Amino acid sequence: MNQLQFFLALVSGGVSAAALALSLFTPLESALLLKIFLALGTLSLVRFLVPLGLWFDGGLAVLGAVAVLLSIGVFTPSPSFLWMALVAAWLFAWLFVERLSKTLAPGLSDNAGLGLLIPIMFGVSILVIWEVVTRAGNVPQVILPPPSMIWGRITASVPTLWADFQQTFLKAVLIGYLLGCGLGFVVAILIDRSPFLKSGLLPLGNFVSALPIVGVAPIMVMWFGFDWPSKAAVVVIMTFFPMLVNTVAGLNAASSIERDLMRTYAASYWQTLLKLRLPAAGPFIFNALKINSTLALIGAIVAEFFGTPIVGMGFRISTEVGRMNVDMVWAEIAVAAVAGSVFYGVIVLIERGVTFWHPSVRGA
Amino acid sequence: MRGLNAVVSAQNLGLTFKTNDGDVVALSNVNLSINKGEFVSFIGPSGCGKTTFLRTIADLERPTSGSLTINGQTPEQARKDRAYGYVFQAPALYPWRTIEKNVALPLEIMGYSASQQAERIRRTLDLVNLSGFEKKYPWQLSGGMQQRASIARALAFDADLLLMDEPFGALDEIVRDHLNSELLKLWAATGKTICFVTHSIPEAVYLSTKIVVMSPRPGRVTDVIESDLPRERPLDIRETPEFLAIAARVRDGLRAGHSYEEVA
Repeated sequence: MNQLQFFLALVSGGVSAAALALSLFTPLESALLLKIFLALGTLSLVRFLVPLGLWFDGGLAVLGAVAVLLSIGVFTPSPSFLWMALVAAWLFAWLFVERLSKTLAPGLSDNAGLGLLIPIMFGVSILVIWEVVTRAGNVPQVILPPPSMIWGRITASVPTLWADFQQTFLKAVLIGYLLGCGLGFVVAILIDRSPFLKSGLLPLGNFVSALPIVGVAPIMVMWFGFDWPSKAAVVVIMTFFPMLVNTVAGLNAASSIERDLMRTYAASYWQTLLKLRLPAAGPFIFNALKINSTLALIGAIVAEFFGTPIVGMGFRISTEVGRMNVDMVWAEIAVAAVAGSVFYGVIVLIERGVTFWHPSVRGA
Repeated sequence: MRGLNAVVSAQNLGLTFKTNDGDVVALSNVNLSINKGEFVSFIGPSGCGKTTFLRTIADLERPTSGSLTINGQTPEQARKDRAYGYVFQAPALYPWRTIEKNVALPLEIMGYSASQQAERIRRTLDLVNLSGFEKKYPWQLSGGMQQRASIARALAFDADLLLMDEPFGALDEIVRDHLNSELLKLWAATGKTICFVTHSIPEAVYLSTKIVVMSPRPGRVTDVIESDLPRERPLDIRETPEFLAIAARVRDGLRAGHSYEEVA
C-alpha cells in the first residue's frame, strides 16, 4: 500500500464512519441501503489489520453509488450524511482504480479488458456525481439538467435527433471533411511540385484559415443556399488549411539518405512520391485528419446558427436554447460528443493500421 | 592502365561547393582509375572528400571540373542505366516495408516481374545470410542485420559496381569483423567491382586490392597502394608482417597528408 492508497483508505473509511454516526439520528428503516453502505465503509477500516482485496473497494464503490442514488428525496432537504456518502463512494472508486492500475501496470497489454474498466469507472463516477449533485442539490434545470433527464430526452426524441444527425453529420460534416481534406492534400502535392505555387497558394491558404467562421458562414449561406452545401463549404474552409500545412510538412519528412537512395535507382518523380514520400508523410497526414475530424463537427454546428432549414444539430441547439428547453440542447451536445468521439476513434484505428511502423504507434 | 577494363576513370576531377561562407573545395585534381573486379578502399580523415568522391561516381554530386566516366559513360547515364548499387552509412531501410519488400524496392522501380523479384530476393537474402527474416520489419532487426539487408538491396538488381560509404561505421568491432569477412566472401562469389569508403586502416587493408589514401583541404589523393595480399584472407591475416607493412604505409600516407597546424 503506497502513501496515496493509505490516505484514500483512511479518509474513505473515516468519512463513512462519520456519516454513519450522523445517519443514526434518523429512523433506521429509512434509507436502509445507504446505512448498510456506510456501515460496510466503516468496516473497511479493518484493512489496516487484515488486507482487503481490491474488488472489495470496487464493490463498495458500486454499492455506494446505487445507495446514494436511491436515497435522494428520502429526506428533504438532503442531509449532510448523504453528501458524505457520495464523497465516500467516490473515494472508494478512486481507491479501486488506483489499486487496479497499480496491479495492471506491469502487464497492461495482456489485460486490455481490465484496462478498459478504469476509464469506464471514471466516466460512470462523473455521471453519478452529476446526477446526485443536480437532483439532491435541487440545481435549476436551466443551469444543468441531471443526466437521467438528458437520457430521457434522447430516448423520447430519437426521430428528431436522427434527422438532425443526418443533416449535420452525414451530409455537411462528412462531405465537407472529405472535400476539404482531399483538396488540402491535392494542393499540397501541387505546391510541393512547384515553387511558384508554393509562394502563391500557401499564403492564400493561410489567409483563408485566418477568416473567422462567424464571418464566413453567412457568406457561404448566400453563395450555396440554406441547405447543407453551405455548411459543407464552411467545413471545407476549416479543414483545408490544416491538411495543406501538414501534408506539405510530411512530404519533406523523408530523410536525405532515403531520397538519395531513390535517386541511385533513377526512380521517377511519381515512383519516389508513391514509394517513399507519401508513406513517410503518413503520420503527418493522419495528424491533420484527426485535427480536422473535430474541427469539421464544430464548423458545421456553428455554421447552422446563420441560416438553415428547420433541421440540423446547430439549428436545434440555437432554437431550443431560445425556448429554454435545455435538456434538448444537452441531448444534441451528447449526440455531437459521441459522434465526434467515434469519428476520431475510427480515424485513430485506421492510423494504427496504416502507420503501424512509426515509433509513436509501435511504442518504441 | 586506362584500358577498356576501367570501370571508373577520373581525370583532373574537381568539385567545389558554393556555400554562404564562400567556396569549399571538396575535391581537387583527382586522378584515379578503377578496374573491373577490384576492391578499392578510400581512406582519410573526415573532410578529405572520400564520401564526396563516391557520391560523384553515383551522380549524387556533380563535378565542377575535370572528367569522370563510369563504364565509359557519364555518371548521369550510368545512374540511369542502374550501373551501380549504393550502400549508405545508415541502412536507410523503409520502416513500412518488410525486409523482403525493402529488397524488392529497386526491383519494383526497375520493373522486374513478380517471379523475378521473388527469385532475386531469395538469392540476395541468402547471400547476406538473412534467410528466414523476409517477413520481419527493419526495426525488429539488429543494426548489423539491417546493414546486411541494405547490402542485399544494393545487390538485388545485379549491378556490376557496388559503392559502399562507411557501411559498417556505426557497428561495433565484433559485428564489423564478421561483416568484413562476409563481404570478402560475397565479393569473391559475385566478382563485382567494389568502392568502399572507410576511416579504419585495418578494415581498408583487410578488404582491399587497392587503397586510395586521401587528405583534406582541399580533398585530394595522396597515395594509391596496390595490395599484394592473397585474395583468400582469413581474419588472422591481420597479424602477418605483409599486412602490417601495408598498414604502416597507409598510416604514413595519412600522416603526410595532414598539415602540421591541424595536428597541433
